[in-house]
Amino acid sequence: MYSNDRCTWSFINLLHTCFSQGAAVIMSARTYADFTTQATFEIKKCDVFKLDEGPATQVVLTRDEGLQYYRTMQTMRRMELKADQLYKQKIIRGFCHLYDGQEACAVGIEASINLSDHLITAYRAHGYTYTRGGTVKEIMAELTGRRGGIAKGKGGSMHMYCKHFYGGNGIVGAQVPLGAGVALACKYQGNNELCVCLYGDGAANQGQIFETYNMAALWKLPVIFICENNRYGMGTSVERAAASTDYFKRGEFIPGLRVDGMDVLCVREATRFAADHCRSGKGPILMELQTYRYHGHSMSDPGVSYRTREEIQEVRSKSDPISMLKDRMLSNNMASVEELKEIDVEVRKEIEDAAQFATTDPEPPLEELCNHIFCDMPSLEVRGTNPWAKLKSVS
Amino acid sequence: MAASLRCFLRSGKNTVSALQRRDFHRSAPAAVQMTVRDALNQAMDEELERDERVFLLGEEVAQYDGAYKVSRGLWKKYGDKRIIDTPISEINVLLQAGLRPICEFMTFNFSMQAIDQIINSAAKTYYMSAGLQSVPIVFRGPNGASAGVAAQHSQCFAAWYGHCPGLKVVSPWNSEDAKGLLKSAIRDENPVVVLENELLYGVPFEMSEEAQSKDFTIPIGKAKIERQGNSITLVAHSRYVGHCLDAAAVLAKEGIECEVINLRTIRPMDVETIETSVMKTNHLVTVEGGWPQFGIGAEICARIMEGPAFNYLDSPVTRVTGVDIPMPYAKILEDHSLPQVKDIIFSVKKTLNI
Repeated sequence: MYSNDRCTWSFINLLHTCFSQGAAVIMSARTYADFTTQATFEIKKCDVFKLDEGPATQVVLTRDEGLQYYRTMQTMRRMELKADQLYKQKIIRGFCHLYDGQEACAVGIEASINLSDHLITAYRAHGYTYTRGGTVKEIMAELTGRRGGIAKGKGGSMHMYCKHFYGGNGIVGAQVPLGAGVALACKYQGNNELCVCLYGDGAANQGQIFETYNMAALWKLPVIFICENNRYGMGTSVERAAASTDYFKRGEFIPGLRVDGMDVLCVREATRFAADHCRSGKGPILMELQTYRYHGHSMSDPGVSYRTREEIQEVRSKSDPISMLKDRMLSNNMASVEELKEIDVEVRKEIEDAAQFATTDPEPPLEELCNHIFCDMPSLEVRGTNPWAKLKSVS
Repeated sequence: MAASLRCFLRSGKNTVSALQRRDFHRSAPAAVQMTVRDALNQAMDEELERDERVFLLGEEVAQYDGAYKVSRGLWKKYGDKRIIDTPISEINVLLQAGLRPICEFMTFNFSMQAIDQIINSAAKTYYMSAGLQSVPIVFRGPNGASAGVAAQHSQCFAAWYGHCPGLKVVSPWNSEDAKGLLKSAIRDENPVVVLENELLYGVPFEMSEEAQSKDFTIPIGKAKIERQGNSITLVAHSRYVGHCLDAAAVLAKEGIECEVINLRTIRPMDVETIETSVMKTNHLVTVEGGWPQFGIGAEICARIMEGPAFNYLDSPVTRVTGVDIPMPYAKILEDHSLPQVKDIIFSVKKTLNI
């Protein structure tokens, strides 16, 4: 909230600074009314495949939207960095695949679909768990394996779920046929919903994905296939893994778009285009989002044995999604530096509180061990580590 | 000297200290400490050198030095032709006529993507072709639970692969097992599944002088008695051999002497060694990390019943297994999902009716 008191204070401060530097600048007090409520931006044109036209290149961003995207991306960024910290302190264990650098993808996609639509992705899933409705608290507590976690501590980093979000999947590529299945259910029920089905450049060479393309196209399923191409499948660059790195063309008979995945507005516009395509009954569509991850594949990969630090630094300085949005908003007078800084402070606090919860919440009770094996089965007996250990499942 | 130099170059700091401990002027044989990872690395290096037809392929095995660093240094030494990085396509298992591939699965959980090829193309081909087409292929990688990797990355496949005729399945425990069994697997004319264990990769074990030799192999299909005893027989494979030995040490203080058998091979299983032991001790406890239903312990129980050892049993066989649930993530739950040393001690006492 922008208060008049602060307004006056910063006005005086500005004047002081100006005069002390000998510059005669006329500054006016800034209020809400001074911000531009919306602006039009020119975005990168998408490469298209088997399409007569692509997404719009002139897009409108409102101040409210901008602030929301900024807050969401910043929250995701800080959340992942906090996870990095907790992992190094050994409070998070096992696998941890971080999403920082790719925020524009998750935020841009969610901006053009509804919460009533469906989404499924692979293991780099913390960001999507958040955009799909999970709270930072629940996500972090899941990473630390506590009872307040979004999967009650039983899933961990790779197995987070919430309404209309089907994880969080550990086996590379296996989520793609599942996504088509969800789309089939949408079509079957005639509810005008669609499924966004994500996978990476590494998974793009899995056979089951091509089987899924075939069925989705044959049955005109409302699925948006999205390949998040971050240039590396673990330690293998795309050139070393794929005979064709035009991932948006690999659907062969499915129309495709190649999108700048570092620009949240590009992703939003492309997803809007793709969603319209699906909902009009035209069948599946494939989007390749060109993006980048700052961290290595997972926390056990330093991420510099197969790429240079210079490359990482260059992406950070030239294409960071949060910086890009920030620059756009500031240079178009859609927000002030202080306002964005305030969001940063609020985000930082939210993450700190969540981390505090995640480190202090108790672990799940042992009684939970055998629950949720089967659905709708009354009290089931489960064999423990030896024949005398008769455990209980109270599904 | 040559053997220890090789170890030094490959095994880094563990063997430096061993080297420094060695007395160069005496010719008495000295055992060396080597991790399971280095033993596997050495096995592959020696076999790659010995036979031109052997090569390694898998995800991240070459330039990344292996997802778990088991193939460290091999790409630098042997190059692109012998050490091949593959895309994420497990199902592309090569039946290269005349060659002897080693296929690494990043974990055996991903082998399910290729399991049709392993069973229907690798295991059954020699039979279907009435001996015309053999399949000398090795599938290796980490199997079973690790630490905090949750449900989809923690399954034990010993029972699944052990079920199929035409496949040989080995499950090494220590470094000698790892080196000897992998070398035998590579030299074997049949498809062999080598179930390693990620938690054991970094554990150092003693390697005897014999085990350091380039021609050291362990026969597939033979179990090893790791510890002699009279009170009860414990049978395990992989990591749980260590757990059994730990339990045996504790029980020895109470006068219970456990005979610990390291299965080493799942298929063909060395039932004779188990039977001979049971006929001596009259009690049997099996220990495994996998799920109980249709597992290794279940098979051992059946085989004991079908053979001469049944009449020597003073009590039913006890199976110690993983809990019959998908692997949870939270540490407290994970710890309670797998056999601990105290579970083995408890089961031994119950079986002995103490």
